[in-house]
Amino acid sequence: MKKRDMILTIIGIIALFGLAFFVQEEMDSYIRRIVNLCLVYAIIGLSMNLTNGFVGQFSLGQAGFMAIGAYTVGIFTVPVEYRENIFYAMPMNPAIADIELPLWAALILGGALAALFAFAIGTPVLRLRGDYLAVTTLGFSEIIRIWITNAQSITNGALGIKDIPPLNDVRYIFLVTVICFVFITLLVNSSYGRAFKAIREDEIAAEAMGINLFWHKNLAFMVSAFFAGIGGGLYGALLGTVDPKNFLFTLTYNFLLIIVLGGMGSITGSMLGAVIVTAGLEYLRFFDEPLMLFGMDIPLFRPGFRMVIFSVLLMVCVLFWRHGIMGTREFTWQKAIDFVKNPLGFIKRKGAAQ
Amino acid sequence: MEYFDAIANMSALSFAQHMVNGISLGSLYALIAIGYTMVYGILLMINFAHGDIVMMACYFAFFGITAFHIPWYFTFIITIILTAILGVLIERSAYRPLREAPKNSILISAIGASFLLENLANYLFSGRPMRFPDVPLLSQNISIGGIEIQAICLVIPVVTILSLVVLLHIVNHTKTGMAMRAVSKDYEIARVMGINIDNIISITFIIGSALAAIGAIMYGIRYPGITPMMGVMPGLKCFIAAVIGGIGNIKGAVLGGFILGLGEILIVAFFPDLSGYRDAFAFIVLIVILFYKPTGLLGEKTTEKV
Amino acid sequence: MILKTKDITMQFGGVTAVFKLNIDINDGEIVALIGPNGAGKTTAFNMVTGVYTPTEGKVFYTDAKGEQIDITGKLPSDIAKLGIARTFQNIRLFKDLTVYENVLIANHLHLKSDFLSATLHLPWYMNEAKQMHRNTEKLLQEVGLWEVRNEKASSLPYGQQRRLEIVRALATKPRLLLLDEPAAGMNPKETEELTEFIRQIHREYNLTIFMIEHHMDLVMEISDRIYVLEFGMTIAEGTPDEIQNNQRVIDAYLGVDEDA
Repeated sequence: MKKRDMILTIIGIIALFGLAFFVQEEMDSYIRRIVNLCLVYAIIGLSMNLTNGFVGQFSLGQAGFMAIGAYTVGIFTVPVEYRENIFYAMPMNPAIADIELPLWAALILGGALAALFAFAIGTPVLRLRGDYLAVTTLGFSEIIRIWITNAQSITNGALGIKDIPPLNDVRYIFLVTVICFVFITLLVNSSYGRAFKAIREDEIAAEAMGINLFWHKNLAFMVSAFFAGIGGGLYGALLGTVDPKNFLFTLTYNFLLIIVLGGMGSITGSMLGAVIVTAGLEYLRFFDEPLMLFGMDIPLFRPGFRMVIFSVLLMVCVLFWRHGIMGTREFTWQKAIDFVKNPLGFIKRKGAAQ
Repeated sequence: MEYFDAIANMSALSFAQHMVNGISLGSLYALIAIGYTMVYGILLMINFAHGDIVMMACYFAFFGITAFHIPWYFTFIITIILTAILGVLIERSAYRPLREAPKNSILISAIGASFLLENLANYLFSGRPMRFPDVPLLSQNISIGGIEIQAICLVIPVVTILSLVVLLHIVNHTKTGMAMRAVSKDYEIARVMGINIDNIISITFIIGSALAAIGAIMYGIRYPGITPMMGVMPGLKCFIAAVIGGIGNIKGAVLGGFILGLGEILIVAFFPDLSGYRDAFAFIVLIVILFYKPTGLLGEKTTEKV
Repeated sequence: MILKTKDITMQFGGVTAVFKLNIDINDGEIVALIGPNGAGKTTAFNMVTGVYTPTEGKVFYTDAKGEQIDITGKLPSDIAKLGIARTFQNIRLFKDLTVYENVLIANHLHLKSDFLSATLHLPWYMNEAKQMHRNTEKLLQEVGLWEVRNEKASSLPYGQQRRLEIVRALATKPRLLLLDEPAAGMNPKETEELTEFIRQIHREYNLTIFMIEHHMDLVMEISDRIYVLEFGMTIAEGTPDEIQNNQRVIDAYLGVDEDA
């Protein structure tokens, strides 16, 4: 990276940090919630993009990895004295009943557990052809949920875990997002990241160039699970309560839309996608409310309409706009500067290039 | 030890009962799995929406009988026709435009189609579970040799076998069937040979969806709770059944369906403690099979051309 | 001897693609494998490079230290690390990546830094990375692809793509290079340039070359020895002169009526 770009990036991050402080201090809790959700979704979208966009391995296990992270945070950050009340149906397993961790430690533990799980299932699953991988990862994400529902003494089963010390600090979540963003950007731009892209482009050629497919896929899968676990942990802390129903496999589809919309294989695209999708989903809540227009009840607007629009969007996006906003390109300062200097010329050249 | 005691104590009667349940569930899986295997054989894609086509078929039958008061036998025929149309519609709108696109795009589109059907059903019919109407004769319990079974349990395997016989006849002994086999062997060569690929794909979706509708109706009678998400788990399991049997192979899909259906019921019967993990069974079998025989039990060995 | 196959056989279902193939390649040689379409040439390559595991037989490779290693059924990536690189019949470039990236990626197999040091760009990784970039720049300049380094691989003209694929293989620092029909689809002028190019890399990079090719002028011009394959079996072996005058080879290529 050029020195100028490095400096601009650091300035940009500091400016965004300032914005995070501003949101934390000045905005109401509703806005804060949406900003937090955007950031958490960005982390998980990025993690999914690593496997799906950069390595080209279509995995749909994000909801499961999130559940692992969220439950780790739930189980270990709830104050010990509350636990008896929460686990009223069946007491908590004595092995973990007295362990209480600070949030950051629980987040890392959750990420590590998710990565460990990814390693365990990656060993058989990553040998499979692309679309089998999608089904098996989806299946495993459901199996995690089934296990959570059944492991009463650890997870409190279907009752879920309440009273997780709430996290409503934009700055904290922003910091984690930046770490995740920087880590994945560096990874993708390292020799390993190039090997990932080679696998995406042509597995057989990549292997002939000495890239061990299995090890590299597994590595990406574990890193992806790690960050999905961290994102899930933040998600749990944000909600303040976790319940198996929060982690249905359909949750993964949110991140699928994020990476498709932003561009599979573009980090900045995922960030952009996360903001658009999260804010959009919030905004679309309007469609779930009954609407009176000129004294008439518009029958279209009732619960469920939002998700119909959401799924139509996903389809429209993949049918007509397969490369999304960014494709595999990234935001660069050079492009931004070109744009600022000469907006019309920039758009013209971009149009001509396509 | 207690498991072995449980097995020892299980009477021949209750074992027969479980076998009947397992065979009827396996038959249902088989019918639905055929749709997956046929589409995969030709388009090399997972029709993610297939499970949701089953769900829609249940709703068609439900509304036909309860809301429109159409006699059940007519309703079933209309359901099969509507479901076949739905299958073709999905293919035309969601898969055909992407036929030349990267495989991941088609996969995403299929997921989108599946999610759209689920959300549409949720929006149109509400998420509340509905009860599939009782059908005269079929829904009743009858008692044979001391075991109580629902009449549909006897009908399901018979219908499945009949459907399979008809299907195998179409595939093996008609011109259309020959064209289908040609397309699944080599798409490009079949096209060059003058086979109308679009037609063959539409026919495949019609057959697959019609079988799914037959399966769905019997599923509804057997397990009457219908919800917008009801197709997801059976859908995933039936895809797995198709993979276990050897994807692209119709007999394999049936074999896989029976293995999963019987296995699921018997595991719950013998190990009641594991009943919470009933849905995990299929995925574990999948992993084991793919590890030892990646092309499935009846699948041909294929190697990617380098 | 750098490569030795001992009775390697490949069966697909009931079809025998290659039957008891014995090939010996000496250090520094250029050896060609010729034969009609479907004779099993690419299958033989695939067995040597680990894409297929031979149904029977063994493949031996002698590494730079002179040690003979049994590479039968090893992973393609491990075989590449040992110093065997290859190209493909139907060009397999990393299409959406640039020429530069294509070549740079081929340096990855020699990377010693682990994934965390690489991600965090720690000093020892940065040193290795610098070396990788230097190697790539040097190689691209030597083979005349420097000017197009920032083009997408898929946007290069056909002949250049073939050349890039060879260069990418070179970037893995092989001792033995396998070329699968490098001149396929080329006109006489391009073929001539390619012949010169193969000579150049053979000379400059201290290589042993094993290639499948249909262009007989190219084969006869640069090969030290030739193996002829028909229906999965070797029907002849020798110098270009010997092969040109071999009756069985002439029959195989002209197609003699079996009943005659």
